[in-house]
Amino acid sequence: MNKKITSAIIAVILGFTVAIIFAMILGIKNGSNGLQTYMPQDILVPMFKSFSGIDLSGKEAFNPRYIGEFIVAAIPLILTGLSVAFAWKTGLFNIGSEGQLMMGSVAATLCGLYLDLPIIIHALVCIIAAGIAGFIVGYIPGYLKAKFDVHEVVTCIMLNYACLYLANMILRMQPGFTNEKTPPIKDTALLNSDFLSSISGGSRLNWSILIVIVALIVYWFVINKTTFGYQLKAIGHNKNAAEYAGMKVKRGVAMSMGISGVFAGLAGAVLVLGIFGTGRALPGFEEYGYNGIAVALVGANSAIGVFFAGGLFSILQVSQPLLQYVGIPRDIAVIISALIIFFYAIPLLYEKYIDRYAKKREEKRIKVQQSTDSGGGE
Amino acid sequence: MTNVIEMINITKEFPGIKAVDAVSFELKKQEIHALLGENGAGKSTLMSVLFGLYQAEEGIIKVNNKEVKIDSPNIANDLGIGMVHQHFKLVDDFTVVENIILGYEPTKGMVLDINKAQEKIMALSEKYHLNVEPDAKIENISVGMQQRVEILKMLYRNNDILIFDEPTAVLTPQEIEELMKIMKALIKEGKSIILITHKLKEIKMVADRCTVLRRGKYIGTVDVTTTNTNEMANMMVGREVDFGVSKDECQPGDIVLKVNNLSMFNDKKFKVVDDISFEIRRGEIYGLAGIEGNGQTDLVYGITGLKKVNDGQIILNNIDITNIGVKKRFDIGLGHIPEDRHKHGLILDFNMAQNMVLHTYNKKPYQNNGIIIENEIVKLTDQLINDFDIRSSLGAKTMVRQMSGGNQQKVIIAREIHLSPDLLVIVQPTRGLDVGAIEYIHKQIIKERDKGKAILLISLELDEVMNLSDRIAVIYQGKIMGEVNPKETDEKQLGLMMVGYQQ
Repeated sequence: MNKKITSAIIAVILGFTVAIIFAMILGIKNGSNGLQTYMPQDILVPMFKSFSGIDLSGKEAFNPRYIGEFIVAAIPLILTGLSVAFAWKTGLFNIGSEGQLMMGSVAATLCGLYLDLPIIIHALVCIIAAGIAGFIVGYIPGYLKAKFDVHEVVTCIMLNYACLYLANMILRMQPGFTNEKTPPIKDTALLNSDFLSSISGGSRLNWSILIVIVALIVYWFVINKTTFGYQLKAIGHNKNAAEYAGMKVKRGVAMSMGISGVFAGLAGAVLVLGIFGTGRALPGFEEYGYNGIAVALVGANSAIGVFFAGGLFSILQVSQPLLQYVGIPRDIAVIISALIIFFYAIPLLYEKYIDRYAKKREEKRIKVQQSTDSGGGE
Repeated sequence: MTNVIEMINITKEFPGIKAVDAVSFELKKQEIHALLGENGAGKSTLMSVLFGLYQAEEGIIKVNNKEVKIDSPNIANDLGIGMVHQHFKLVDDFTVVENIILGYEPTKGMVLDINKAQEKIMALSEKYHLNVEPDAKIENISVGMQQRVEILKMLYRNNDILIFDEPTAVLTPQEIEELMKIMKALIKEGKSIILITHKLKEIKMVADRCTVLRRGKYIGTVDVTTTNTNEMANMMVGREVDFGVSKDECQPGDIVLKVNNLSMFNDKKFKVVDDISFEIRRGEIYGLAGIEGNGQTDLVYGITGLKKVNDGQIILNNIDITNIGVKKRFDIGLGHIPEDRHKHGLILDFNMAQNMVLHTYNKKPYQNNGIIIENEIVKLTDQLINDFDIRSSLGAKTMVRQMSGGNQQKVIIAREIHLSPDLLVIVQPTRGLDVGAIEYIHKQIIKERDKGKAILLISLELDEVMNLSDRIAVIYQGKIMGEVNPKETDEKQLGLMMVGYQQ
C-alpha cells in the first residue's frame, strides 16, 4: 500500500515537472520584455489559485469562490473514481461508468420532473433512483461476464453508446424539451444551498458534498470491514482460491459491477440535482467515466486515495480557464493529466529504486535494532 | 585426472540475499559430480552462473584450465557446456529432430538439410542407447523420452560438460534407472556430468563425488563411495535428520469417504477419471500414487467440488455430496490441502490472518451481521501461528506473498487442520519444500490420522506415498490399477503399475 502511495506521488511530481519543462522549452509567450519563454510560475500560480482561491502573484485578493467550484468539479470525479475502483477490487475493469452515470442522470431528471414530494425526501428519492439506474446498467455487463464469460470491457464500451443515445432519446421525449434541455426539475429535488453558496463566494457548491462523504465512507466500510467486501477482494485477487473456498464467484462478479454502477449513477444524480438543475441531451461523452478510471488508478483504489486523486484531477480541470486567461494554452492541464497516468502506469521505471531504498532503510533499521538488542542484552 | 571445470570463490547476490557465497566447485574429466542441497541452497544459482544465465559478482571460472567469462548461454555452449533444465525447453508441436536442431540447423545452400541432421541424431541416439522417435511430436511422447531429447540436444551440440538440473523429478522409478544407465554410458564416452539434486539415493547410485551447499555456502565435497547417505543428509541440513516416518499401526474405523464408479471428462470430452471406486476409513491414510497427469487432479476436483462429475457417486459421512457446492462439503467435513498453493490454497495479496478465515469468514465469531470482527481473526491466527510454528516477519499481518514456501504451506495446513475435518484431501503437500518442513508436515499428517481422521494423500513423490500411507492405490490414465499394502510392495512394483501394468 505504501509503495502505491509513493508511486502515485512520484507520478504526480514527474507529470508536473515534465509538462512544465516541455512548456518551458517549446512555449513562447508575449511577456513584458517582448517574446519570452514560460516560467514554471506561469503555470503553477493559476493552478494554485484554481483550488485555493489565493493568488500568489498578489494581483488579486483571496476569492473563496474558486474553492467552491473546485469542490463542485471534484464531486463527480470522486464518485466515478469510486465506481471504477469498486469493480477493480473484484478484478473487473468498469469502463462503463460513463453510461451508468448518464442513466443515473436520466432517472434523477425524471423523478425530479414528475414526482411531488416534500423537500429533502424528493432529493433522496431522486438520488436512490439514480443509484438503481446505475446498478442496472452496471449489472448487465457483470451478469454477461459471470454467465457467458463475455469480457466486461467490450460490453461496457458498447453499453456506453447505447446509454448515450437512450438517455438522449428519453430526455427529448419529455414535454417542454428545448435547447437540448428538459424544463428545470422541481425545486424540492434540488440540492442547491444558499448557505454553501454564500460561504464560498457565490459558487455552485451544494449539498452533494454530503453524498460524496457518505459514498466514501460506505466504500471504505464495505471494502474493508464487511464479509461481502472480503469476498469481493478474494475474488479479485485470486478467483481460483475463492472458488476453492466455495465462494459464489459469479454472483460476486455481477454484484460488484452492479454496485460499481451505483456510484456512477450517484455521480449522474449530482450533475442533475446539484449543478445543472435540468436534464441535458448530450452530443457526446463528457468523459466523467473515463476520468474516473484515472482517478481510481492514481488513487490506488482506496477510498482515501480516490478522494485525493479526485481533488487532483479536479484542479487540472478547473485551472484550465485560468491558464487560458493568462495566455497559456489550456491543453497543458490535459497534458499533465495524461503524463501523470503515463508515469503511474510504468512504475517499473522507478519502483526498482523505491524497493532498493526501502530495503536499505530496512537493513539499517535491523542493524540499529541488533545493536540495541545486544547492548541491552545483560 | 584433469579438471574440466573450476569455479573459484563464486559469489552471486540478489537484492537482499547472497544466493551463492564464495563457493568453489570443480569437475574432473569423466566424473559425475553431484551438487546436493535443499531448496534455496544455491545449487541452481551456481549452475546458472556456469551456464551464463547469471553473472557472478565475484569469483573466477576456468574451463579446461583457461579462465573464461561466460555471460550468455551461447558462450557456455561454445565452451562445450550444456544443461538439461528441470522444466524442459522444448517446442511442443515440433518433432524430436526439429527440436534438437533448433538454433543449429544444418543447411544445404539456403535449404534446411533435415536428413543430414536426422542421420547424425540417429547415430548419437544409437551410440548412447537414447531410443527416441525422431519424427514424433514432443506433445505425443513420454516425459522420459522428452528428457532424452534434451540430452540429445546437448550431444548434438558437441557438449562435453553436461549439467542435469533435478532430472528425476518427473520420472518413474524405471525411467530413473534408465537415466542412470545413460549417464554412466556418457561418462564412458568422455563426457563429464554435474547432477543437481536433493535425492541422496540417486547420488549414491551414480555419482563419484558430491559437493554440498547449504544456504548459499560451501559445506564440503565428499567421495560418494566412502560416505553414507546419513552423513550427506546431515551436511545438507546442518543437523541430524530422521528420514523414516515413524507411525503406529493403522486402526481403521468407520467409512468416511466412499467413491462409487466415479467418471469425469475433460473439456475435450476425454475420459480423465474412469470408473474409480474406493473408500477411506477413519484413522487411515489412503495414498494415491501415479505419474503426473493421470487423472489425479480431476479426481481431487471432483471430490472437493471444484469440477462437476459426469457419473458416479461421492459419499462423505454418509451424505451424498456428488452434486453439492464446495462450501457445503466443507461444512459436512471436508478439508482440502490443494496441489497448487498459489493457485488455489492462498490469496497471496491477503495477509496471513485474512487467509486463515478463507472458509470461515462468514461464520461466527469472525463476523457479526456481515461485519468482520478483526480481533477474533487475529486471535485465531496468533493461536495457529503458535500451534503450527509458522514463521513470518510481521505475524498475523504478514502478506502471504512475502512468506517462504514452507511457511505458506504451513498456513494452509493450519487452516485446514484447525477446522478438524473428518476427511482431509492432501495433494502434493511437500512440493518444493526443504527437509525440515517436509519432516514437520509429515508428522502433522500422521497426527491427524491418529486423531481418527480419514486422509486421502495424493503425491507424485513415491517415497512420500510409501512412507505415509496405510494403503496405496495406483492411478494410471484415470483408472485405478490396483491397491497394495505399502509393507508388501516396493518401488519396482509401484513403478510398473504407474505405467499401466495391472497388479
